[in-house]
Amino acid sequence: MAIKSLDELKKIREASLKKVNLRETGEAVGEIPEILVGMATCGIAAGARETFAALLEAIEAEGLEVRLVQVGCLGYCHSEPTVQVNVPGSEPVIYGNVDAAMAKEIVKKHLKDGEMLQDNVLINTFAKA
Amino acid sequence: MSKVRSHILVCGGTGCVASQSEDIIKNLEKEIAKIGYQDEVKVVKTGCFGFCGQGPIVKIQPDNVIYVMVKPEDTEEIVAEHIVKGRKVERLLYDEPVLQQKVEMHHDMPFYKKQYRIALRNCGLINPEDINEYIAFQGYQALGNALTEMTPQETTQIIKDSGLRGRGGGGFPTGLKWELASKSVSDKKYVVCNADEGDPGAFMDRSILEGDPHSVIEAMAVCGYCIGADEGLVYIRAEYPLAIHRLEIALAQAREMGLLGKNIFGTDFSFDIKLKLGAGAFVCGEETALIHSMEGMRGEPTKKPPYPAVEGFNKKPTNVNNVETYANIAPILLKGAEWFSSIGTENSKGTKVFALAGKINNVGLVEVPMGITLREIIYDIGGGIRDGKAFKAVQTGGPSGGVITVADLDTPIDYDNLKAIGSMMGSGGMIVMDEDNCMVNISKFYLDFTKDESCGKCTPCRVGTKRMLEILERITEGEGHPGDIEKLQQLGAAIKDTALCGLGQTAPNPVLSTIHFFREEYEEHINEKYCRTGECKALTKYEIIADKCVGCTACARVCPVGAISGKVKEAHLIDQATCISCGACYDKCRFEAIRRP
Ligand SMILES: Cc1cc2nc3c(=O)[nH]c(=O)nc-3n(C[C@H](O)[C@H](O)[C@H](O)COP(=O)(O)O)c2cc1C
Ligand code: SF4
Ligand code: SF4
Ligand code: SF4
Ligand code: FES
Ligand code: FES
Repeated sequence: MAIKSLDELKKIREASLKKVNLRETGEAVGEIPEILVGMATCGIAAGARETFAALLEAIEAEGLEVRLVQVGCLGYCHSEPTVQVNVPGSEPVIYGNVDAAMAKEIVKKHLKDGEMLQDNVLINTFAKA
Repeated sequence: MSKVRSHILVCGGTGCVASQSEDIIKNLEKEIAKIGYQDEVKVVKTGCFGFCGQGPIVKIQPDNVIYVMVKPEDTEEIVAEHIVKGRKVERLLYDEPVLQQKVEMHHDMPFYKKQYRIALRNCGLINPEDINEYIAFQGYQALGNALTEMTPQETTQIIKDSGLRGRGGGGFPTGLKWELASKSVSDKKYVVCNADEGDPGAFMDRSILEGDPHSVIEAMAVCGYCIGADEGLVYIRAEYPLAIHRLEIALAQAREMGLLGKNIFGTDFSFDIKLKLGAGAFVCGEETALIHSMEGMRGEPTKKPPYPAVEGFNKKPTNVNNVETYANIAPILLKGAEWFSSIGTENSKGTKVFALAGKINNVGLVEVPMGITLREIIYDIGGGIRDGKAFKAVQTGGPSGGVITVADLDTPIDYDNLKAIGSMMGSGGMIVMDEDNCMVNISKFYLDFTKDESCGKCTPCRVGTKRMLEILERITEGEGHPGDIEKLQQLGAAIKDTALCGLGQTAPNPVLSTIHFFREEYEEHINEKYCRTGECKALTKYEIIADKCVGCTACARVCPVGAISGKVKEAHLIDQATCISCGACYDKCRFEAIRRP
C-alpha cells in the first residue's frame, strides 16, 4: 500500500504501535509474548543463528504462542548473543550469552513457568530519544 | 469517584525485582491497610526507572520524591513518616557522593543519562526487516512533515540550528554543508551516504545499517528535499553483506509504500536510492576518492576545492555525509533544534556512538552525550579495565588519531578538546590499552596499516609512511639508534604538511602522539634495548634489579640453562646470551627483584 499523506502514515503507525508497545513499556492488552534476538554481525558471529533456531524449536516443542523477532545491535557485544523477552504486563528482560541450551531454558522457565533466569540477566544501561 | 490522593510507585523492573521489590509492594500494601488508607493511597508496580544500580526504587507521587535502595523492612517507616506525617525519610533519599547533595527529582540523577541513544534509538528494538515497526516508532514522520509542511530552507535551518556536525571524522557542520549544496545551481544533484567505515576496530555504521536501515534512508530523502536532489547513493563496503542485505530489503519496502520513488507523500518531490559497493579500501572513505570509486575510476583522492557540494559525483553537486550523521536527522526534525543543542558541549552538540574495544570489560557499542569524560566511558559504562590491570591509554580516531592518557581521563570529550590533545574524534573507534600494551608497537601497527592503505598518488605519503615504518621496525627489533625519535618527528611533520589527502595528512598522528606522551618508552627501546611490556619480542629480556635482589639464589637454582650467576647474599646477574626467556626465575623470586619483559 502506498502512503500518500501524513494521515495515512499515522494510520499505519497506529496499527503497528500495538505490536511494538510491549517492548518499551510491557503494556499491551491481549498481546502474545515476544522474543527479540540480536542478529547483527556480532550477534551472529557469536552464534545467534543457533540461538534463534533453538528458540524456534523449543517454542514449537512446548506448543507456545510466541512472536520471534530478529533485531539489530543492542550494544552488549561482550555478552552476545543477546535475547530480549517481552511478556505482556511485565518489564522487558534482556539475557546475555544465550547459547542453544540456554535458549531452551528460557522458553521452558521464563515463558512457560514464568520464572526469570536471574544469573544471565543484563541490565539496561541507556535512555533513549 | 476516586479518592486516591497519592501513588506509591515501586519499580517492577528486572533489576529491582531481583532485589526484592515484590516484597516491598506486599509490605507497603499491608502497612497502608493497617492505618486504613487503602482507598487514598495506591501502590503501583512500574517499569524500570533506569537507576537499577540504586534499586529497588520507590517513588511517591505527586510529591515526586524518590527513595533508593529500599529494603522490605523500610516500608513501615516510609508509610509512617511520609504518608502519614508528610515528612521525607532522609536516609533513603538518593545520596550523590561527589556533590554530597541529596537530589529528589527523578531527572536530576546524574548517572541516569550516561548513555543516551539518538542515532541508535531503534537498534535492538525493532525488526530492521519490517518497515511497519520503524513507522511505529515515528518513522518517516520527519520526512512527511518536511515535505508537506516545511520548505527546504526551513528544514535545513533546523539542522543548522541544531549544531549537528559530521560524524565521519571531519566534524563539518551538517546544516551548512546542506546549504552549500542547495545553493549550487544544477539540473542534477546527488545525496551520498558514506558507509565505507574503514577505521579498523570501528563498527558503529555497520550496526546502524543492520539494526535500523530506514533511519538512514529517511534522512537521505530529507537531504534530497533540502538540497534539491532526486537521487541517493549509499557507498558501502562489500565486506558488510548483512548490512547490504538489510538495506536492500528496506529500500524495497520503502518503495512499495511510496516512501521512495515518485511524488512522495503526494507532493512533487521524487527520490530514490541505489547502493554502490566498494572493495573496502581505507582511502575510499575519503570523500573525493569515494566519488571517483563510484564513478568507476580508481579510488584516488583529488584536491579540494572544488568541494563535492559544488562538483561531485558525475561532476554534479553532491552532498556526502556519514551514516551516523544521517541517523541523527529524523530525531532532530521531530524534537527540534533546541532539544538537540541542549545536549553536549558548546561546539559539539548531541551524542556520539563509540565502539569500545581492547582491554575493557564491556566491549560494545555505546552512545554518549558529547562532553562526557573518558573516565565515565571506561569505568562507569565500560566496567573498567580487564583483569584489574592499570589503564594506560585510549586510541581514538583510529589510524588518523592519537592517544588519550591518564592525564586526560577527566577532559570532556568533544571535537575541539580531542584535537587540542593531539587526537581526534574520528569515526568513533575507541581502543582501550592497559599496562601490557607497548606504545611503540601500537604506533607501528597503525603506521603499517596506513602504509598499506596509502593509494600511492603522492610521494610524501607513499614513501614517507614507508620510511617511518622502517624506523619503527628497527626500534622494536632492538636496532634503534639515537636520533631516531627526532627523525620520526621531522618526517611526520613533513608528511602532514605536504600529503594530498586526509589519509597522508593524518597518518603520522599515532606516532607523534605516542612520542609526545610516552617518549620514555621510545627511549628505553632505543637506548636500553628494552620493552617494558614485553610486546616487542626481540627486546624481551629478564633482568635482575640489583637493588632489590637479596641473593637468595632461588632463581639460579631454578634456571634450566644455568644463565644466572651470583654469590649467596649478593646481587645476582642474568647472562643475556644464555637466557632463553622461559620466565622460571621471575616466578620463583619472592622479592620482586626480577624485571619481566
Ligand atoms: C583517509 C580517510 C578515510 C575516511 N573514511 C571515512 C569513512 O570510512 N566513513 C566516513 O563517513 N567518512 C570517512 N572519511 C571522511 C569523509 O571524507 C567525509 O569527510 C565524510 O564522509 C563527510 O561526512 P560527515 O560530514 O557526515 O562526517 C574519511 C576521510 C579520510 C581522509
Ligand atoms: S596522501 Fe596518501 S592516500 Fe592521500 S592521495 Fe596521497 S598517497 Fe594517496
Ligand atoms: S630469587 Fe630474586 S632475590 Fe633471590 S637471588 Fe634471584 S633475583 Fe635475587
Ligand atoms: S628466564 Fe629462564 S633462562 Fe632466563 S634466566 Fe630466568 S630461568 Fe634462566
Ligand atoms: S552487534 Fe550486537 S551487541 Fe554488538
Ligand atoms: S529495574 Fe528498577 S530501576 Fe531498573
